[in-house]
Amino acid sequence: MKIRDFLGRFFGDYQLRDDEDIFGVGFVNSLFAMQLVLFIEKEFGITVGNEDLSLANFRSIGAMAELIERKRSGG
Amino acid sequence: MALPEAQSPVEPPENQQQRLARCRALIEREIRPRADACDAEGRLPDELPVMLGREGLCGLVVPEGQGGRPVDPITYGLIHEQLGAACAATRAVLTVHDMVAAAIGRWASPEQQADWLPRMARGETLGAFALTEPEVGSDAKAIRTEAVRSGDGFSLHGSKRWITAGQIAHLFLVLARCDEKPTAFLIPRGTPGLTIEPLAPPLGLRAAMLAELHFADCRIPAGWMLGPVGSGLNHVAAAALDLGRYGVAWGCVGLIRACLEAATRRARTRVQFDVPIREHQLIQGLIAEMAVDLKAARELAMAAGRLRQSGDPDGVIATCTAKYFAARAAMHAGQTAVQILGAEGCAAGSPVQRYLRDAKVMEIIEGSNQLQQVMIATDALQRQGRL
Ligand SMILES: Cc1cc2nc3c(=O)[nH]c(=O)nc-3n(C[C@H](O)[C@H](O)[C@H](O)COP(=O)(O)OP(=O)(O)OC[C@H]3O[C@@H](n4cnc5c(N)ncnc54)[C@H](O)[C@@H]3O)c2cc1C
Repeated sequence: MKIRDFLGRFFGDYQLRDDEDIFGVGFVNSLFAMQLVLFIEKEFGITVGNEDLSLANFRSIGAMAELIERKRSGG
Repeated sequence: MALPEAQSPVEPPENQQQRLARCRALIEREIRPRADACDAEGRLPDELPVMLGREGLCGLVVPEGQGGRPVDPITYGLIHEQLGAACAATRAVLTVHDMVAAAIGRWASPEQQADWLPRMARGETLGAFALTEPEVGSDAKAIRTEAVRSGDGFSLHGSKRWITAGQIAHLFLVLARCDEKPTAFLIPRGTPGLTIEPLAPPLGLRAAMLAELHFADCRIPAGWMLGPVGSGLNHVAAAALDLGRYGVAWGCVGLIRACLEAATRRARTRVQFDVPIREHQLIQGLIAEMAVDLKAARELAMAAGRLRQSGDPDGVIATCTAKYFAARAAMHAGQTAVQILGAEGCAAGSPVQRYLRDAKVMEIIEGSNQLQQVMIATDALQRQGRL
């Protein structure tokens, strides 16, 4: 899964669960959120708008997959 | 998307070339000749923003639909190289303006965009970016300025310091804590409760018209928030600073070029021990170092530009890398140029002593050298799988 591969770079050997809070495990710095948005936009061809910026949409692998699904289906 | 300066479709490459040529001519005609006087006086000409706006230089990251004249990241970089070689203070003022315009273009509501972007593109509204505080610099998440909910809006309390263009800007992107979370606000000059105190010109970027902002029960409507609560640092400021670092990286390439040009000119004409000093091998060594640094800094900035063009997340670290290298190399080039010019380089009004002072500031703004090292090292360790 592409999101998991991308996150692997930041989280190394740590095994993230789909529902685990990626901001809560203490691996990421101030550039990470921006890199994550860029990755999602480039990889999945969607545009993240200010209405999507809620942390809840990026908190876990599962939440990001839902956001991408929602944006792709035009929701 | 791509990074902010490439957000909207830009003109085809041949038009970009013409654009670049026109911008370069304007910078050489209007900006470079005044740079030393601006530095000495510690201020920019009053008419500068509108003049730059007329020439399209205030709308480089504003979408065409909002009156901007956007350029691709490489053209953007090359314009900033030319600005950096001419007048680092003008470049810094345009960079913070672009940081605010890009943040609005990326994260603001359609109403906020329609309100601000056309005026910003014309240079009628100059933007400034207000993150740093008297007690908070590198550790941005520790900001103390507070936006307290009050009626339908907010009341701001706190101070921002070292704000480039603070003396002349019309619109401030201000980072404050809201519900304990870092949040961005757009606050126009003249809002009751906001007072602006000019700062004396600092070591470098003397003409960048820095100010301290004081908010005392500064009441603003809810609609002046930019992006949702909590997105102020990770999204709004992070993207703005990323663009700022890209501008600084290219500005430093320009500074190194200006140092090299001044040093080689002098080395050809200054005769000591019966020969032009360029014939002394120790002088050649200094010139070689500058020439190599110029090439390396430009290549790193180009590499960052190409990644930004395609919206690649690796563009973020490539930009830190370019900024880090170029700022250090500019500082080194500034010292070297002053050395080669000798006393002439130290003289009041000599451009090379200005380059040296401006280069020092580049090692501090948009994330100091040490903070860039932390980010670059973290990335390197992650890539090696050790974190
Ligand atoms: C000319 C000029 C223009 C500016 N314009 C703006 C502007 O428009 N808007 C704005 O918001 N700010 C602006 N600034 C402020 C600038 O962004 C800050 O100066 C910068 O972020 C560094 O903060 P500081 O100066 O408080 O240094 P500090 O954060 O106090 O750092 C002091 C020293 O400690 C080092 N240090 C700090 N943390 C670490 C660490 N974790 N590891 C290693 N070393 C560390 C730093 O590298 C530095 O050398 C400007 C500053 C200048 C000089």
